[in-house]
Amino acid sequence: MEIKQPAVAGTLESSDCMVTVEPGQGEIELDLDSVVIRQYGRQIRKVIHETLDRLDVKNARVTVVDKGALDCTIKARVECAVYRSNGIKDNLPWGGVIK
Amino acid sequence: MNPNMKRLRRSMMFLNCQKPGLIKDPYVYAPDSIMLDLEDAVAEREKDAARYSLYHALQEIDYRGVERVVRINGLDTDLWIEDIRCAVAGGCDSIRIPKTETAADVQKVEAAVVAAEKEFGAEEGRTLIMAALESARGVMNAFEICQASPRLFGIALSGGDYTKDLQTTISGTGVELMGARQHMIIAARAAGVQCFDTVYTNLNDMEGFRRDVETIHTMGFDGKSIINPRQIPIVHEIYTPKPKDIIFAEKVVREIDTKKAMGIGVFTVDGKMIDIAFYDGAKRTLALARASGVYKGDL
Amino acid sequence: MRNAVGREIPDEILKATGKEPFQGNNYKNGAPFRRQGPIIRPVMENDHNKLVKDIHEALVKCRAHSGMTISFHHHFREGDLIVNMVMEEIHKMGLKNITLAATSLGKAHDPLVPMIEDGTITRIEASGVRGKIGQAISDGKLKGLAIMRSHGGRVRSLVTGETKVDIAFIGAPTSDDYGNLRGIGGKTNCGVLSYSHVDGDCAEYVVAITDCLVPFPNFPAHISMTKVDYVCVVDAIGIPEKIATGAAKPTTDQRKLMMAEYCTQVVVNTPYFKEGFSYQTGVGGASIASTISLTKIMEERGIKMGFGVGGLTKPMCDLLDRGMVRVLMDTQAFDLDAVSNVINPAHHRITAGAYANPFNKGAFVNKLDYVILASLEVDVHFNCNVVVGSDGVITGAQGGHPDTAQGAKCTIVICPLLQGRIPAICTDVTTVTTPGESVDVVVTDYGVAVNPNRHDLLECLQKADCVPLKTIEELRDIAYAIVGEPDPVQFEDRIVGIIEARDGTIMDVVRQVKHYD
Repeated sequence: MEIKQPAVAGTLESSDCMVTVEPGQGEIELDLDSVVIRQYGRQIRKVIHETLDRLDVKNARVTVVDKGALDCTIKARVECAVYRSNGIKDNLPWGGVIK
Repeated sequence: MNPNMKRLRRSMMFLNCQKPGLIKDPYVYAPDSIMLDLEDAVAEREKDAARYSLYHALQEIDYRGVERVVRINGLDTDLWIEDIRCAVAGGCDSIRIPKTETAADVQKVEAAVVAAEKEFGAEEGRTLIMAALESARGVMNAFEICQASPRLFGIALSGGDYTKDLQTTISGTGVELMGARQHMIIAARAAGVQCFDTVYTNLNDMEGFRRDVETIHTMGFDGKSIINPRQIPIVHEIYTPKPKDIIFAEKVVREIDTKKAMGIGVFTVDGKMIDIAFYDGAKRTLALARASGVYKGDL
Repeated sequence: MRNAVGREIPDEILKATGKEPFQGNNYKNGAPFRRQGPIIRPVMENDHNKLVKDIHEALVKCRAHSGMTISFHHHFREGDLIVNMVMEEIHKMGLKNITLAATSLGKAHDPLVPMIEDGTITRIEASGVRGKIGQAISDGKLKGLAIMRSHGGRVRSLVTGETKVDIAFIGAPTSDDYGNLRGIGGKTNCGVLSYSHVDGDCAEYVVAITDCLVPFPNFPAHISMTKVDYVCVVDAIGIPEKIATGAAKPTTDQRKLMMAEYCTQVVVNTPYFKEGFSYQTGVGGASIASTISLTKIMEERGIKMGFGVGGLTKPMCDLLDRGMVRVLMDTQAFDLDAVSNVINPAHHRITAGAYANPFNKGAFVNKLDYVILASLEVDVHFNCNVVVGSDGVITGAQGGHPDTAQGAKCTIVICPLLQGRIPAICTDVTTVTTPGESVDVVVTDYGVAVNPNRHDLLECLQKADCVPLKTIEELRDIAYAIVGEPDPVQFEDRIVGIIEARDGTIMDVVRQVKHYD
């Protein structure tokens, strides 16, 4: 999927994360800030990249501010931001590229 | 029949799907069911976000046997079909329909659930349905709603909207809810489904909450909707059979079993006249006691 | 060298500090030592004036110099003004290489960070450090070592002469012009002056700082004029609303209430729960809630507590007022109710030494039946960490944790399984502050684990069937299944601090955190 316009999902509450996606410059550029970066930075990056891969997003500037979210929340926020940037709300591929 | 139709549902706790902190481990409080809310608790512009959270929570969080009910948006919105697709794909246990007014409402949801189960390859019939009655019309139609679908395991009163429809408010005395409660529990029992009471919103009045639960317990309700985990132990305490009731139920079951073999129909236990009509009730008491962790016997 | 809790203590640190690695709780039991006393300058003239006009004059009269060690107490908690006031003056005088030997340092002392950076303060000895100083130490800004020791361990380090305090500054809510000090009666009451008592005994100079000068004699004195060299009156020694707040409202957080209930069930189903039992608890929501739920069962069963000890809160004082505990032994007042309750004749002030010093002839902690503690992390060896955050940054204090944990017959640590995404029950704590041999029961929201060394307790709890029992490994596995196994935090080689065991051996070292990228 393309990142058509900037979109945001999530909050800065504890156990949540805020994901911003913007059109990129030919690649995935990830800026991660996390309260647990020393223990989970590697894992969070991996989840974000895998989620973007599944959604076939290859060109985006992605900013994530994490407040201790579990992997399931990180995935949910990334997906939400990407679909929002495409204006898609219905008939989503649950269990397909969303999984 | 889906074995979950009659499962224990003393406490059904609402959780806002938009709040990751709430849905990540509510099972520690040991409610019987959680109701993952896509409807009123979720802000209009976060309806989409709540679904992604719901899907991944259902897929990835081990809720440790707690029933996972999803409250979808109303049938008057353009959200509910996608809500059902998301919830069924995620593998929820049941769907709660808000603002149910007629049997046709239940059937509309049933059709969408069937379609979703097919689309996502879920076992047919695994997703149950419950209906929330939130208006005078819904309450009047309780019996037809209870019989609307083989998937419908129960009905729940939603007191806030219902009292608005009656042109009154929640008073704390329960007077304004009396008719609906009485009517609904009768309808539910007549149809052989479960019946659940509305939430109690004043968290500063735990004594008022306790009285409310005692009332609906006495009325025959199967359980209550919960808005805060603090309310759970009170509900469970009230629904847990007392030791003397358990002992009595055990005696009743044993006596009926032996007397039946001897061809005796009516007899007394602890001075009370007992016949076969007491059997199911006593069995239910023991099952509830076992589920509540206070009975380890073999009956 | 690997110590008794499996931590590698580098030889260079053993050499630099002259310390031994930790070898188990009772390693120094009965080991004789000579108590050290300070140099004292007698006051014999009957017209001697102890009043000085300001901190500067006090410093001059006490021969303040670069390289000296100065001490403070933390009874004013986050409302403390004394440490910053004195350090500013020292900074102005251009003194360097100061060792700051406070009983504890908190966020109130954030303004000291520039003095760490410019070499005014080069060593810190404290129960622990919260706030920006902790970050600064973990970032390697302190030139020397930070030594974190328990309340009891601090008393030991002073009486053995390991820590030689040149000047002790004792903030006193009231003082007379001859240095009789009390923790109450002024505008900034803190109730007790327990932690300062040993400073009065062991420091070469003792300066009382007060904002409420009262007529002589200020009696009964909590710290006597016989130990005080100078008295300095200032405008304010603390911010009252930050010293002790109104009693915390009992928590309504069901998770904490559940843990409190588990904790209470552990207490009432173990054999020490009988008439006259002793008990200490903390200020956390779950600790306070467990005191409240314990009270109910004490009433039901007609069991009274013999004594309660430690930092005190309203629920403990309520027990006293209702005649459900015979006496309270107070080392610190955590709320205004505890401050005002000290007028009760059965509410006694005790010194930090009497409370917890491992190197006297027996402290109160040794007579404890139960202590309820919290912890940042607990590992599968039951070791606790209360000083260093899971991110490797110094963020807490030992307080009386290791003292009471060792002393109590049943040590219960309450700790939610997860703090956000961080698993509090883990394979190895970041830093060991309290050894697993001191910890008997761990209460989490996911279940209760009993130290396998205590099968007596485990048997009681199994028989009572009162709490969901798990092994500590099971709890760790549940945590990791939910949040994933954390990567180990990366540290630099440089050691910035040591965690001292009660007896002065080294429990663990704290290294500089690595910049993350």
